[in-house]
Amino acid sequence: MTQVLEIDRLTKGFSLHHLEKDIAAFEDISFSVAAGEFVLLKGANGAGKSTLLRTLYRSYLPLSGEIRFHSSHGMIDLARAADVDVAHLRRTEIGFVTQFLTARPRVSAEAIVAEPLRLAGWEHEAALKTARKALETFGVKPDLWAAYPTTFSGGEQQKVNLARALILPQKLLMLDEPTASLDANARRALVARLQELKDQGTAMIGVFHHPDDVIHLIDRVVDLTPDAAPQEDRDDVAL
Amino acid sequence: MTLTLDAPRIVETRPLLEVKAVSKSYGPVQAVRNVSAHAYPGEVLGIVGESGSGKSTLLRMMNLEEIPETGSYTLDLPDVSGNLFELDRFARRMLCATKIGIVYQNPHLGLLMKHSSSGNVAERLLVAGERSFATLRQAATEALDASEFPLDRLDAPPIELSGGMQQRVQLAKAIALEPALLLLDEPTTGLDVSVQALVLDTLKRLQQDRQITMVIVSHDLGVIRTLADRVMVMRRGEVVETGLADQIFQDPQHPYTQQLVHAKL
Ligand SMILES: Nc1ncnc2c1ncn2[C@@H]1O[C@H](COP(=O)(O)OP(=O)(O)OP(=O)(O)O)[C@@H](O)[C@H]1O
Ligand SMILES: Nc1ncnc2c1ncn2[C@@H]1O[C@H](COP(=O)(O)OP(=O)(O)OP(=O)(O)O)[C@@H](O)[C@H]1O
Ligand SMILES: [Mg+2]
Ligand SMILES: [Mg+2]
Repeated sequence: MTQVLEIDRLTKGFSLHHLEKDIAAFEDISFSVAAGEFVLLKGANGAGKSTLLRTLYRSYLPLSGEIRFHSSHGMIDLARAADVDVAHLRRTEIGFVTQFLTARPRVSAEAIVAEPLRLAGWEHEAALKTARKALETFGVKPDLWAAYPTTFSGGEQQKVNLARALILPQKLLMLDEPTASLDANARRALVARLQELKDQGTAMIGVFHHPDDVIHLIDRVVDLTPDAAPQEDRDDVAL
Repeated sequence: MTLTLDAPRIVETRPLLEVKAVSKSYGPVQAVRNVSAHAYPGEVLGIVGESGSGKSTLLRMMNLEEIPETGSYTLDLPDVSGNLFELDRFARRMLCATKIGIVYQNPHLGLLMKHSSSGNVAERLLVAGERSFATLRQAATEALDASEFPLDRLDAPPIELSGGMQQRVQLAKAIALEPALLLLDEPTTGLDVSVQALVLDTLKRLQQDRQITMVIVSHDLGVIRTLADRVMVMRRGEVVETGLADQIFQDPQHPYTQQLVHAKL
């Protein structure tokens, strides 16, 4: 198996200076994710699932440990990588799907979805065509494609968000409860797209409120509850 | 505490702008103390910090209006080399006119308030050596149009325009020569909230269409959040923290940054 990510004794906490308080989020976490592998993160509220994903994406700075990412430019430790390198990898190899769309005024749904393709050098018309197909797959009505998502419903915005986040296959994809506020059809479309990406070799780490949705995608479960067994095979685990 | 970051390994291009160890005092006041900053091509660097922390002074240095006592400034552009603080007055003026655009919070600093709006923009091109009236008019109109200025007001002097329109004239003047670097000092402060959103939107559009390198100073963290890729936090003339914009807002490290971010959330 080709490793994509090796997380090695990663520790994260927050120092809240005005409260003179240190909050521990997680300590000495180690696990790896291979190409095409899907790792489910579990743990109670506050166990640190979102914090771990944000630390891997470098929205949060880790306190110690290593995040060895096997990029197309070679191995790089995301815990220490320069900001500009992280920004570059986010545009090209590392994706993060959250629950919320950052809609921008006067940018149409199809343009938002096409943007990652445009940044990757796609020609305008081809990018739009692919973007519209993705919107259709997630069940966004055609009359909304050219409209501005700032006025869309929560569910519609989330569909646009997913279409955009999943349009380009990436080496590593992080998902933080992406099914929240989705209807059954959109959930099915999401799972189908994730299966496609998995088959193409994307390594995935996800948090799902209802893991039933993605049960047949899961290869391994990592439990962030302190003192939990470090890694479990999906066959032995009750989700 | 936190880890020290490595030098870039994947991105091999050099920063377009690099300011190293600049310091500047006004009498007893040390406005800027040993500050270094850089911006990569196409990157938007946001600068935030308390009032009087030296942000505008630093921006004026980047526009070569202010020469620090120590430190260096380089722009990685064809035909530009060496420490720009060492250029003579004339060379500085030419460089500013052709490579750098600036928008000030106060339009009086950037515009001749009683000249026509298109004349204000054309003046920039005149300084750079353009002499044909037709070309001047054409280029000024295009820049004003790109800044989403209403073209039926081309001949109106800024003094008769609303604040939002004045900022668009400044912006048009700044981008008329397709500068490599755009400096913005509180470009939306003092405007109505709805007008603010429109000007911000125009900036975002320009940035995306032209991949222009920008340095933007603002007290409005929403503006910085919308535009900046990286953020630098200043306090009392010094840089206390820099990082990716989402990291600065979500996981600020320095006590001052935490106070700043939490106060505005
Ligand atoms: N930006 C932050 N600043 C300070 N503390 C934070 C920050 N983000 C998370 N925390 C703290 O870290 C701990 C882990 O939170 P996190 O959001 O990662 O949990 P989670 O497992 O995702 O929970 P949930 O299931 O509720 O989403 C919590 O104590 C939280 O308060
Ligand atoms: N031309 C000048 N002559 C004298 N003092 C000056 C001059 N320009 C700036 N200063 C002083 O230098 C310090 C930094 O000023 P600067 O305008 O750079 O701050 P700033 O961070 O932009 O603040 P603000 O957020 O209020 O605009 C201040 O104490 C200011 O009074
Ligand atoms: Mg969470
Ligand atoms: Mg200022």
